[in-house]
Amino acid sequence: MDKSNKSGAEALIHSLHLEGVDLMFGYPGGAALHIYDAIFNQNYVDHILVRHEQGAVHAADGYARATGKPGVALVTSGPGATNAITGLATAYMDSTPIVVISGQVKSNLIGTDSFQETDMIGVSRPIVKHSFLVQRAEDIPDIVKKAFHIATTGRKGPVVIDIPKDFTDPEYKFEFNYPTEVNMRSYNPPEGADTSRIKEAADLIATAKRPVIYSGGGVNQNNASEELTALAKLLNFPVTNTLMGLGAFPGSDPQFMGMLGMHGTYQANMAMHNADLIIAVGARFDDRITNDPNQFALSAKKIHIDVDPASVSKIIHADIPIVGSAKESLTALIEELKSRDLKTNESDISEWNEQIKNWRDAHGLNHSLLEMGAQNGKILPQQVIQSLYKETNGEAFVTSDVGQHQMFAAQYYHFDKPRQWINSGGLGTMGFGLPSAMGVQLAYPESIVSCVTGEGSIQMCIQELSTCLQYGLPIKIINLNNAALGMVKQWQDMQYGGRHSSSTYENSLPDFVALTESYGHVGIKVSKFDELESAMKECISLKDKLVFLDVDVDPNEHVYPMLEAGNAMDHMRLSKDEKTW
Amino acid sequence: MKRVIALLMENQPGALSRVVGLFSQRGYNIETLVVAPTNDATLSRLTMSTEGDEKVVEQITKQLDKLIDVVMVTNLSESEFVERELMLIKFTKDSFPENVFDESNIVSKNNKIINVQVVGTSSELDKLISEIDTNNPVEIVRSGSLGISSDEKTLTIEN
Ligand SMILES: Cc1ncc(C[n+]2csc(CCOP(=O)(O)OP(=O)(O)O)c2C)c(N)n1
Ligand SMILES: [Mg+2]
Repeated sequence: MDKSNKSGAEALIHSLHLEGVDLMFGYPGGAALHIYDAIFNQNYVDHILVRHEQGAVHAADGYARATGKPGVALVTSGPGATNAITGLATAYMDSTPIVVISGQVKSNLIGTDSFQETDMIGVSRPIVKHSFLVQRAEDIPDIVKKAFHIATTGRKGPVVIDIPKDFTDPEYKFEFNYPTEVNMRSYNPPEGADTSRIKEAADLIATAKRPVIYSGGGVNQNNASEELTALAKLLNFPVTNTLMGLGAFPGSDPQFMGMLGMHGTYQANMAMHNADLIIAVGARFDDRITNDPNQFALSAKKIHIDVDPASVSKIIHADIPIVGSAKESLTALIEELKSRDLKTNESDISEWNEQIKNWRDAHGLNHSLLEMGAQNGKILPQQVIQSLYKETNGEAFVTSDVGQHQMFAAQYYHFDKPRQWINSGGLGTMGFGLPSAMGVQLAYPESIVSCVTGEGSIQMCIQELSTCLQYGLPIKIINLNNAALGMVKQWQDMQYGGRHSSSTYENSLPDFVALTESYGHVGIKVSKFDELESAMKECISLKDKLVFLDVDVDPNEHVYPMLEAGNAMDHMRLSKDEKTW
Repeated sequence: MKRVIALLMENQPGALSRVVGLFSQRGYNIETLVVAPTNDATLSRLTMSTEGDEKVVEQITKQLDKLIDVVMVTNLSESEFVERELMLIKFTKDSFPENVFDESNIVSKNNKIINVQVVGTSSELDKLISEIDTNNPVEIVRSGSLGISSDEKTLTIEN
């Protein structure tokens, strides 16, 4: 079969199949029609028809984040390609492995401003790990092989393959040979452990008095959660995760301090600020973490483990750079520590853990808000997350959009497993939640997949409710409806004298229950606290149905803690009228 | 301090735009940029100069190295190296400066115009430009810096 003659379109689909792809997301159009015909004529790869190309790319991305396997999207030229751009930028910022295939006008028309022509390679250049413009049909298998290799190795990322229509012509066939390996002289990402500085790292660990393990999305991407947890357990060091790193260390473990950064917990930010050793793993010290980098953790030595050499010492100088796979470098570090029969400063460490506990007791998040009932007659958004956590036993996949609801979900749902929490941390893309949940649900049909969203974000890709009906995706949409672009409004409250410029909708919101029902799903409205828990129970129990739970939450709630810009990490607002400085 | 970075990249369509795009995308200030194919036709060599500090240059180098089409990058200014630039200057015959150039500099000459060619380090060329300023040269064109390491180090790949 492999060696039979194939058209470019057939070769493309067969190459995908040989890469292990059994699912792709897309939307047809002129330049992609030969490819669509080839999809029709085979049974290896299922195609999910989305309702907007942004949805296709987010769905492929959600699939990749949940499974660790590359996600695939297919779009047509011109508007199809430009609609895919937000999805590509989202995947690029969070380093997720996806391959986006775009149809292109015929090669002889390129550069002539022909119908639906967009320079996809040019438009996507700054937001892809790499891209290919196919120049000959025969090159397609080789390019697909390279694209998957590049997307899934080193620091992962999106790859675009742009294919002029004539190279998928069904009339032109050639002998199909799929390469067995990739050899690129210009691409050799770090592989395996970097052991060159492991001994020095172990020395620092042995003498640390106030250590913190700070891990990010790279640990989830690299499936290094087990090793990270083993290291933390071996040392009894406190752990914090970035927004992208949640789940890498069990969220319900007492050693876990919660998320750090902009809306991180008091204890996590205080621990970072006061640390004498920071072990950063698969994290990149971005501005949402460090606050002012010149005032960042000044008394701490930094060990930085990352697969991307350019991330190390980019913002914060690494005293011990370890450039390699997080999984294997952590394993090497653990072995080194064990071989020394390591003694940490046990009394110092327990004193430090005690200090962290005191911080937590003083200003930690309240994880029992649900038991406190209505607050001033209103439902707090945090209570909705706690109710979701309770009804799903903490085991659901949770995708999210961007805004206050996202931060509440990150703060209050304890993620015990990697890949359980799926959100657009780097680009902050409103509209990501629902389509990414489709990718997750298709990958794990038996699991509960919930999308925590806001009435602003959900409307950015709401058309995908139709896709969910077509493919029977029983996603649980939890809409924290504060009738406002809450996060924008919060900033306006804090920095613009409460002037809510274009952050509310003046009674123009749709009836989400009716809307959902018109798409053929179940809608449930909750506006009183007393209805919350039973409605949540019902929502989760409707196993085969997509349910849209539209919860009216307190519109005046702000997300806290919040780092005060331009300062060190210990400068936090703790509530509307409490701050740490 | 002027720093010179050289790289080898795949001689493929799109490769140059990725390199150039990176500079604007990441906000790097590039002073000069020279590109040409090497004697290995599958590779191009690109040389750029910048005034960035050491940390910026390290980032530029790392980010360039990350580009899939880039095969090899080196920061020439890390050790001893030779930097040279070519400059062509057009004078009207009447304002041609005497005693500055010799016959070997002159690359074309007619009854109105004299073109000269000068090779030197960028700062030598800067200096020369200020010296001939009063002669009102009609046009000055510079190639941008090329560089090569002074010792046995090379930026080449084995095939
Ligand atoms: C596509 C896009 N546009 C604009 C923004 C800026 N933004 C960040 S949060 C936010 C408000 C989100 O509102 P909603 O989804 O209702 O969430 P809430 O904050 O109210 O929970 C906006 C507009 C963004 N992140 N993404
Ligand atoms: Mg809202």
